[in-house]
Amino acid sequence: MPAERKTAVTDERLAALTLPAGDGWLRAGREDALGRLRAVGLPGRRDEYWRYTNPAKLVQADPEPSQPDAGEDPFAGVDADVITIDGDGITMPGTIEGLDVTTLSDAGGADIHWAKDLYGTLEAAGSRPVSRPLAMLNTAFATDGLVIRVTGKVARPLHIRTTGGTDPILHHVVKVEAGGALTILESGNVGARYNTALEVDVADGAAFHHLRVQGPDGGMHANTHIFARLGSEATFRSFTLSANGQLTRNEATIDLTGDDASATIGGAAFGDGDVHHDDTVFVTHDAVNCESRQVFKKVLRNGATGVFQGKILVKEGAQKTDGYQISQALLLDDDAQFLAKPELEIYADDVACSHGSTTGAIDETALFYLRSRGVPKRVATDMLVLSFLAEAVEEIENEDLRAHVGDLLTDWQARA
Amino acid sequence: MLNIKNLHVKLEDEDKQILKGIDLHVPAGEVHAIMGPNGSGKSTLSYVLSGRGGYEVTDGTAHLGDIDLLDIEPEERAAAGLFLAFQYPVEIPGVGNMTFLRTAVNAQRKARGEEELSAGDFLKVVRAKAKDLKIDADMLKRPVNVGFSGGEKKRNEILQMAMLEPKMCILDETDSGLDVDAMKLVSEGVNALRSPERGFLVITHYQRLLDHIKPDVVHIMADGRIIKSGGPELALEVENNGYADLLEGAA
Repeated sequence: MPAERKTAVTDERLAALTLPAGDGWLRAGREDALGRLRAVGLPGRRDEYWRYTNPAKLVQADPEPSQPDAGEDPFAGVDADVITIDGDGITMPGTIEGLDVTTLSDAGGADIHWAKDLYGTLEAAGSRPVSRPLAMLNTAFATDGLVIRVTGKVARPLHIRTTGGTDPILHHVVKVEAGGALTILESGNVGARYNTALEVDVADGAAFHHLRVQGPDGGMHANTHIFARLGSEATFRSFTLSANGQLTRNEATIDLTGDDASATIGGAAFGDGDVHHDDTVFVTHDAVNCESRQVFKKVLRNGATGVFQGKILVKEGAQKTDGYQISQALLLDDDAQFLAKPELEIYADDVACSHGSTTGAIDETALFYLRSRGVPKRVATDMLVLSFLAEAVEEIENEDLRAHVGDLLTDWQARA
Repeated sequence: MLNIKNLHVKLEDEDKQILKGIDLHVPAGEVHAIMGPNGSGKSTLSYVLSGRGGYEVTDGTAHLGDIDLLDIEPEERAAAGLFLAFQYPVEIPGVGNMTFLRTAVNAQRKARGEEELSAGDFLKVVRAKAKDLKIDADMLKRPVNVGFSGGEKKRNEILQMAMLEPKMCILDETDSGLDVDAMKLVSEGVNALRSPERGFLVITHYQRLLDHIKPDVVHIMADGRIIKSGGPELALEVENNGYADLLEGAA
């Protein structure tokens, strides 16, 4: 997109938005992000990082009209504390041991120094070297969000269920203090178009687990961002299960800044029909003896497109890095496509990094094996799809949640 | 039970004739063995009967009872009572062995209009049969054939056979990759399934399997044809003299 056109698109989008009222640290963070956004402009097709995904519907002033249905709660039956975010506001749970939760709008007026130091900070850091203008837009114009501080090991997962907004921009910040641990579940159709950002600071020896379900609805245009910073011996795990949605761009930017930290990010996605699903991941190793894993699998059919852009950057001095990245697509027909851009950039000499990407069809031998046992072709295909996704689902550490996701997949298949 | 008449088969994508007129009748209650050198078409025969893609039948027929096998899908052949024990059982990560077995058993029952087995009933049956084949709970829980040794894979095939209770069993080089103990165990599993209502077609390279699974009839296959049929002594002849004499005699 020529520069002047890009400016016009940015101006048009910004004209439709107003910085939410308020002052103090939140206002300062918003203005800072807005300044950064104006400097780079919203993304266009010509941007290297948007080569495989057309951002038009994410950046245009008004969202594409569509009606995602409310959707069932995919975590029904999972023992969790629930926060609901909908068109009417945010409903908080009662007191939870080891956890302070407040809304961004409430926190913004209070002097919460850790939130002040975090809001927009990881996002800004994550915009170098690759700028993420839609995340800047999120920081500037977030309609609301959660401010979460974890001071201990929280026993039950915290389920953030977001439904029914119109074009919501949500920004959550999470600080997991040293030794703390929290699992966040995310679900809900969020909105016809939505932009979410999650900034997570995982301090030394702390653990943050994240499990997100997107779909199985059609029609949504989603852009999500995760920015994580890991201290020494910290653990970060995130897994996203997606089904359909017209356009989904899930970005994750993870910085391993303390020694012996470990980060895993994974996803399993189904795309059937007019679906475009993009996982864009950037993992930076900036400490010694850290481990990172990226495991993404997509099952595509009927014209669906899958995109994976994944990078491992190993900075100078980040010795003994163990980096792994795999992205695989199973194409169930000739109309589906998968575009992958795996990247390694390494400036340390004592590291083990590997990456791989494959695109393939159903294994005919395996299909015949199942059918020869009397399993009908359709059921056999479903079994092989589950088999294909299993390696990614394995990345979910918690056994109960892993089993729950397995059941969800089976259930989705049965209804497809 | 199994009736094959004048079966001609070529590769679908290549102008290459593999089977050049097979005539074979395996009555219920009998065990027939097919022996033959590499490339004679033994495995192709097993695949064509069970419905694997990539082959084209250019002439002839194959019936299981009065069912025209060549006219129906692989899963329908299975439901009709045909079972193929694979030479190389396929690994299916992420699908539990037990789930696979139950899906297969119930899919066949459903196709035949029978009631599906409840989880409890299924478990009872599978545990008893697994025990006979020295298949432990862990092997039932693990993904299908993943991380199984050669012997474990073959025992798992026999377990499937025992669970599915087919009318006609085809064993494709079931002895390959087995040590003596594993072969004994697998053979005992097969022998336990022998019955007056069931036929077996045992495809093998070597006579040794036939020491354990005693055949009623032995066929020698070469270049897409059955060139000689006889009693168990024919297998011994092969063992002692190789295929050369037989092939010359046929030429």
